[in-house]
Amino acid sequence: MMSTDLTIHGHGEAVVSHDTHGGEHEVHHHKETFITKYVFSQDHKMICKQFLITGMIWAILGGLMSVLFRLQLGYPDSTFPWLEDVLGKWAKGGKIQPEAYYALVTMHGTVLVFFVLTGGLSGTFANFLIPLQIGARDMASPFLNMLSYWFFWMASVVMITSLFIETGPASGGWTIYPPLSALGDANMGSKGGMDYWITAMALFVVSSLLGGLNYITTILNMRTKGMSMTRLPLTIWAIFFTATLGVLSFPVLLSGLILLLFDRHAGTSFYLSDIFIAATQKALPNEGGSPILFQHLFWFLGHPEVYIIILPAMGLVSEVMAINSRKPIFGYMAMIGSLFAITILAFLVWAHHMFVTGLNPFLGSVFVLLTLLIAVPSAIKVFNWLTTLWRGNIRLTPAMLFAIGFVSMFISGGLTGVFLGNSTLDIHLHDTYFIIAHFHIVMGVSAFMGMFCGVYHWFPKMYGRYLNNTMSYIHFWVTFAGAYLIFWPMHYEGLAGMPRRYVEYQGWASFNQFGDLNRFISTVAMVVFAVQLMFVFNFFYSIFKGRKVTTQNPWQANTLEWTTPIHPGHGNWPGEIPEVHRWAYDYGKDGKDFILQTEPLGADEQHH
Amino acid sequence: MIPSLEFKSVVDQNKKIHPHKFILWVAIGSIIMMFAGLTSAYIVKREQPGWTTYTTPLAFYYSTAVILISSLTIFLAGKSFTERRMIRYRKMLAATLILGLVFILLQWLGFRHLWATGTTFHGSGAGQFLYIIAGLHALHVFGGVIALFVLWLRARNTRIRSYNMVPVDVVSTYWHFVDLLWIYLFIFFLMVQ
Repeated sequence: MMSTDLTIHGHGEAVVSHDTHGGEHEVHHHKETFITKYVFSQDHKMICKQFLITGMIWAILGGLMSVLFRLQLGYPDSTFPWLEDVLGKWAKGGKIQPEAYYALVTMHGTVLVFFVLTGGLSGTFANFLIPLQIGARDMASPFLNMLSYWFFWMASVVMITSLFIETGPASGGWTIYPPLSALGDANMGSKGGMDYWITAMALFVVSSLLGGLNYITTILNMRTKGMSMTRLPLTIWAIFFTATLGVLSFPVLLSGLILLLFDRHAGTSFYLSDIFIAATQKALPNEGGSPILFQHLFWFLGHPEVYIIILPAMGLVSEVMAINSRKPIFGYMAMIGSLFAITILAFLVWAHHMFVTGLNPFLGSVFVLLTLLIAVPSAIKVFNWLTTLWRGNIRLTPAMLFAIGFVSMFISGGLTGVFLGNSTLDIHLHDTYFIIAHFHIVMGVSAFMGMFCGVYHWFPKMYGRYLNNTMSYIHFWVTFAGAYLIFWPMHYEGLAGMPRRYVEYQGWASFNQFGDLNRFISTVAMVVFAVQLMFVFNFFYSIFKGRKVTTQNPWQANTLEWTTPIHPGHGNWPGEIPEVHRWAYDYGKDGKDFILQTEPLGADEQHH
Repeated sequence: MIPSLEFKSVVDQNKKIHPHKFILWVAIGSIIMMFAGLTSAYIVKREQPGWTTYTTPLAFYYSTAVILISSLTIFLAGKSFTERRMIRYRKMLAATLILGLVFILLQWLGFRHLWATGTTFHGSGAGQFLYIIAGLHALHVFGGVIALFVLWLRARNTRIRSYNMVPVDVVSTYWHFVDLLWIYLFIFFLMVQ
């Protein structure tokens, strides 16, 4: 039977009054062309796939960049003539040139932080899971949702274009601190590449805001009957807080970028003061600017940004972990509370990125305290994941392995965060490989683990087929072991004082001892990268040739997406949207393995 | 047009607020953060050496009056719409649109005056911030003007009559917001120099 409360008609926005359609109790399926189904689609499930695949392309590019600069770091004495064939002047004589090296690390950071782990991660799972798990036909505004993807796409095009211009892409580090980023004369990458970077990021911010507005609104306003906030799966809670962080912090980055743009081209001095450029032997007239001001504006986004990356991963992991432990998530309310606490604290710790900028030490101590406070909600979450696993009836599906891998990485990386949160220790550790190791483990690899966990778990819902299991297990174990082998040794390098962002270290006798270690790290990085390519192959191969899903609920999960048909159409449920009677985590209750959220309460059950 | 789903259920559920209006409120929060970022930068920067100031051009007082009046006209437009007085609704929309354009013009004249009196992009004082902050605000007003224009076009369409209040409410809320935002910014510029 068709829905009585749904009408579909061919207008983008509410042009026609509702009264004209009010009497019709039918769905007349709108005609879909290739363009409206696959390109300018307003179906959240298709937009999810667009984000996911664009994110994957970016991840391959960003990963490839790291392989290139690891080649230089691991084999500083060797030359690779084929590099010159590919990169031209950027690898003269088969050696990555310093400008190319800086461009590569800058773009690697930008791409992975924003285009993969923000656009790719949030864009994919917010779009896919929000309507399906809260019981909605689509987003609050499918049109804005579509725009969100296409702004992301435009940002991607601009950013990729910047790789091919003559002076190269931005190369002042992903944080693009002025004055370097403001002065084209000071650095090749600060010429045209920087403008492309700013333009791309402005488009990216718009994309992320359009998405975020929709996510928040949809979660708060469009839940199905019975779906109270405390019955929501934790994925949705995590995405909700992520979107809130993005909506409140991205505009501030945009403010900072606009001021930077004026400093670059209009002659203002917001960030510039008393500068002499050695390359051109020129003293600049700019006075009164403050580069620290940019850092404040940047990190007011930059810090929430790391939670924008990690919170969705936390949500995905919580959900997958409960399902595959066949147990309710431990401490559901504590999980929400800790997400909330992290969201609040995210806005209050940005200056811990600036401990050595001459920040007032008293102010520094306040930020130390607030930073270390984040350990509390983080520890609550870790405790709850471990207790969810505890005595569970664990199914080690690939998704579950990645979920467990996430927790392992999050613990390892989180512990070094406690070191770095201390302003005194930071005097020694800042800008060394210790910080590289810390954030790659806690934010980079963890978030990737969470993302893979989500992809493996929801792939059958997205495409109606399974990923190949053998390749999935190889993917997990090599990635998991490889990530530790790459980043663990970097802690030692960092503790020894080895600074980040240097193209070679031979000039320093004290770091010569790390030559072998660097080679080892680079070798492992290449192996891990190759395994990611295998995952990409698995992904696309399985879309067309994977084993078909034959049951509606292959993981025996409780949430609403598994009540839709194996290939849900636009609108998700062919009939009425199901009503929800219980929370998402009734596993192993009253002798039943799992109870769908749609199942009414028994006589002896109490409301959750 | 691109086909999409339209959900009657959303309207029928007797929710307190239409999702599109809610989206606008969240967006307003986001825009506030952007200007909060800029005005905090202004305050931080004021403490640095080399801070310069300017005298507020008269045009900004006029523009303030204009945008205040435009808030009244958009209010009247909404009122006419609920009373189904569509001709007056169209007129009020047009009046708001024109007042919006006049506001932007006056801001531009204000900028011209500042520029002529020596406050250019060179330097790092209140004037340079004013260009950027007020310029971004004018850009937001222009966004509102485009939305008003779309509403006005729709109201002129005699073939499809729409009595859906939501778009009118959304645009009018946004318009009041950019009005209030300017009042805040103007007072900020006057008080904090």
